[in-house]
Amino acid sequence: MNFLDYAPAPESTSILNLKKSYGLFIDGEFVKGHGKPFLSISPSSEEAIAEIANANSTDVDAAVAAARKAYDRTWSKLSGADRGKYLFRIARLVQERARELAVAESLDNGKPIKEARDVDVPLVAAWFFYYAGWADKLDYAGLGPNPRPLGVAAQVIPWNFPLLMLAWKIAPALAAGNTVVIKPAETTPLSALIFAEILQQAELPAGVVNIITGAGDTGHALVNHSDVNKVAFTGSTAVGRAIAKSVAGTGKKLTLELGGKAANIVFDDAPIDQAVEGIVNGIFFNQGHVCCAGSRLLVQENVHDEVVDRLKARLATLRLGDPLDKNTDIGAINSQVQLDRVRELSDIGEAEGAERWSAPCVIPEKGFWFAPTIFTNVSTSSRIARDEIFGPVLAVLTFRTPAEAIAKANNTQYGLSAGIWSDKGSKILAVADQLRAGVIWANTFNRFDPASPFGGYKESGYGREGGRHGLAAYLKGASW
Amino acid sequence: MSRLAVPKTYKLYIGGKFPRSESGRTYEVLSKKGGFLANAALASRKDARDAIVAARGAVAGWSGATAYNRGQVLYRIAELLEGRREQFVEELIASEGASKSAAIKQVDAAIDAWVWYAGWADKYVQVAGNGNAVSGPYFNLSTPEPTGVVAIVAPQGSSGSLLGLVSVVAPAILTGNTVVVVANQVAPLAAISLSEVLATSDVPGGVVNILTGSPAEIAPWLAGHADVNALDLAGAEHLDWVDLQVIAADTLKRVLPPEAGVPAPSLERIVALTETKTVWHTKSLI
Amino acid sequence: MKATPSAANGAAIEGAAVNEAAKRGTALAPAERALDIIGGDLTEKSLRLHLEGLAGVDAVGLEERAASLGTRSIKTTSKAWALDTIIRLIDLTTLEGADTPGKVRSLVAKAVKPDAADPTTPRVAAVCVYGDMVPSAIEALGPWHGDPHDGLISVAAVATAFPSGRASLAVKLADTADAVEAGADEIDMVIDRGAFLAGNYGRVFDQIVAVKEVCRRGDGSFAHLKVILETGELNTYDNVRRASWLAILAGGDFIKTSTGKVAPAATLPVTLLMLEVVRDWHRLTGERIGVKPAGGIRASKDAIKYLVTVAETVGEEWLQPHLFRFGASSLLNDVLLQRQKLTTGRYSGPDYVTID
Repeated sequence: MNFLDYAPAPESTSILNLKKSYGLFIDGEFVKGHGKPFLSISPSSEEAIAEIANANSTDVDAAVAAARKAYDRTWSKLSGADRGKYLFRIARLVQERARELAVAESLDNGKPIKEARDVDVPLVAAWFFYYAGWADKLDYAGLGPNPRPLGVAAQVIPWNFPLLMLAWKIAPALAAGNTVVIKPAETTPLSALIFAEILQQAELPAGVVNIITGAGDTGHALVNHSDVNKVAFTGSTAVGRAIAKSVAGTGKKLTLELGGKAANIVFDDAPIDQAVEGIVNGIFFNQGHVCCAGSRLLVQENVHDEVVDRLKARLATLRLGDPLDKNTDIGAINSQVQLDRVRELSDIGEAEGAERWSAPCVIPEKGFWFAPTIFTNVSTSSRIARDEIFGPVLAVLTFRTPAEAIAKANNTQYGLSAGIWSDKGSKILAVADQLRAGVIWANTFNRFDPASPFGGYKESGYGREGGRHGLAAYLKGASW
Repeated sequence: MSRLAVPKTYKLYIGGKFPRSESGRTYEVLSKKGGFLANAALASRKDARDAIVAARGAVAGWSGATAYNRGQVLYRIAELLEGRREQFVEELIASEGASKSAAIKQVDAAIDAWVWYAGWADKYVQVAGNGNAVSGPYFNLSTPEPTGVVAIVAPQGSSGSLLGLVSVVAPAILTGNTVVVVANQVAPLAAISLSEVLATSDVPGGVVNILTGSPAEIAPWLAGHADVNALDLAGAEHLDWVDLQVIAADTLKRVLPPEAGVPAPSLERIVALTETKTVWHTKSLI
Repeated sequence: MKATPSAANGAAIEGAAVNEAAKRGTALAPAERALDIIGGDLTEKSLRLHLEGLAGVDAVGLEERAASLGTRSIKTTSKAWALDTIIRLIDLTTLEGADTPGKVRSLVAKAVKPDAADPTTPRVAAVCVYGDMVPSAIEALGPWHGDPHDGLISVAAVATAFPSGRASLAVKLADTADAVEAGADEIDMVIDRGAFLAGNYGRVFDQIVAVKEVCRRGDGSFAHLKVILETGELNTYDNVRRASWLAILAGGDFIKTSTGKVAPAATLPVTLLMLEVVRDWHRLTGERIGVKPAGGIRASKDAIKYLVTVAETVGEEWLQPHLFRFGASSLLNDVLLQRQKLTTGRYSGPDYVTID
């Protein structure tokens, strides 16, 4: 028998207690939305999961009003210690319901259960746990003598790490004393709605967190609402730009976490097997739906062939398929729209003369899938070397010297992250010094931690999430 | 008969040199009472463009210098300004109509601001950066770095022209940023005199670039320029500054909003013009 | 400087003399593989340059990869196959000072019939004993003695002053020769860790070559040579990578992690690393070398992780007795308990498996 054709190892969905339809979570309760409801589907099977409420501008008004009321009457009057206690409760509840949340996330987003279980959900709990501890220590955060919250925060999050992005937004906002209206992405609302149940279990005062599902219009209305003090957005650079324009002059504080086209730099003295793992993790983790993905491999020319050969051999053991199978490495692309984009850009890559190679995966009939793909013979002017693809597609370029690697790595309007692979410490530190990127991974990649600030230079956005710096976005007078 | 004075020509300060505006234009600088003081260069968008090129060219060297070195340079500026106290006092009396005591107070405050900011050069990283206790075998450090080229609209009030300029330039450059500043339009002379101090004080050419003229005309070009990393609208409250912020959003510049009066010395101002870089490095004995 | 093939020669090459040779940069024993890869100028220096030119290992990344492989979920039919395969790949081991012919007989009986109540249970690959117990093992095996490829059981003997390796080369070669003469099919030798850590790679190399030569029988066939690196004493992953290459260049058929007498013994990351070397060797030469993790693998769950690691690193072709073994004793019973659960659907207990 073929051992490597592992028998199915499905994670059961019986742990889920899904409703047929979900309302908006406003002022501590689920209420009907006034917009036209829509379905959330599983991208691996294209089957409907649940009906989701759609918040129109009336609903947005209600949510902001609830957040404002909760801020004025309740949340701003609580001590930091008490705010912290609520956050600790939430962290614990996330841990208690971890499996359920992981299954829901995998089902709704298409990512492998292995990743939702081992990466996403544990980080969510850790994020709440971390910021819980800051709530009563803001005076020590180095952000000024008496840091005050801003008030009501409007938060719009993307579909690639739905629950984790929610945690990145809500935890620091609440710790700093703000109340929140958050809009999950249109294609991935499920884990946020289960999270709302957790907030009820935690007995978080009504209105402190309001979760309103919807699409672009909902987000637009929320961000432009006049009674919002702070806007936080994670998503595409194009939308980020539009938001920056619309908040100009309003006095709203803004942080943005946008796209990237990170360089993963592999030197000839890299620990080569671990570098190959790092390349794979960098671009194929979460199907490449990662803003900080290492989507450009910059490999030293004298080891290009060696690295590419090893990479191809390694890709042959990646398993693409049912996200809920515990052995799946590559899940579904989140939506038809995203799949079309990945295909389009890959076709452009071929047309531009790059050489295309895909892992030999069996593609299921239903669902949205794209086999891990690498392009060699890519030039710096190729679109696939410059545009963010946001899928499992790697562009391979070469360099001769460290200075050239740095110049090529920095030659982009983005600046979110980068990877450096070498056995030589002095070189790693010197290269790290000169890379214009907000997160730099040396001999590793895609590492996240609530204590570690995350955010970009240039058109990858501004502001940091995580760490002491992550509080600054939600306090008055703190400039970073 | 009293001696015939040699009036100074007030030019722009770009790339460590004193060029006239490429447009050839000037504008009249009048005293508080309305008397003619000088013709100052009226900077054009091409001057702004050239200034940005000079500023970008100076980033590598200035941000690559040690923090100690930058601190010493800022301190030297204070030393030279101190040595020229009288000159600046007189210039402020003439251009702002300030009383002697007010002028002295302003010059002293400007000198002290340079000293205060000089001391931050090698310390702000310690206060704004830190190690992070991540849960894994990684060394993890967050550190602020200069954002690059900062375009600034200096405070435009009819008084405080020297102190206003110093209050926006010093915090920007101590971290390694380089700046292009649109000076106080009605009282630009202190800005050009300060340039003379800068030119003789070990500040590399291009680190500070000063354009005299109309903020309303120049600021939009600065806001839209793709090679400017941040926009400080400190003195822009009477401009269409919201439009400037919208223009700046196209390239996702970091924008500081207008402030009334002269910005007070603050750590916040320093850090606002930096980017935080977080580095992870694996750690293992074997 | 050649190592003498027969220990009966008495005072032939001594450690000190080999040391001298190494310092003088004199040629190393001409193992064929080393000559192919490093070239005709095979000296201490050229060997060292080659080994130190190998890519480094980032421990954090290696251990993360191993942990990731350990999350594979092997169920139902895959699990059943895995359990049977593990049994087929076990070198059932007893290496105690207190070993007696009776103990060896009992071990052999277990090897031949692991589960008294279930005749579908496969046999192990080999029994592993001290050299002087080889005759007892062969006698006890009787008709079951043979090639594990054919479903029979071979006899592996530890040799070269196992486990420490701290004896003269002459003694170590005599130890080996005795075992070969007694009929051992496989020899598990230990490398000289002291020499390795002192940087005398040539000396370690020459010793392996000498032992391999002693494995040659009268009829020209060779006892299969497993080279124990004792990874716990080599300590760093870089050392393990170098020692693995060295052992292969010198002629080993298998590289083995540990004696089992030193902690840490086999670990998943170290085994992964050795499999990577074997994979690279295969890419380079087309030749297949075996890997044997030994010591510390007690649970089926862990052993399954090793199978996954082999399959996903070098390929499932390696999951056969000529290319992969588990050096284990208590692992067998845990696998049997798991096997019983798969068959009966109920959890089993220690009373339902025999001690040997």
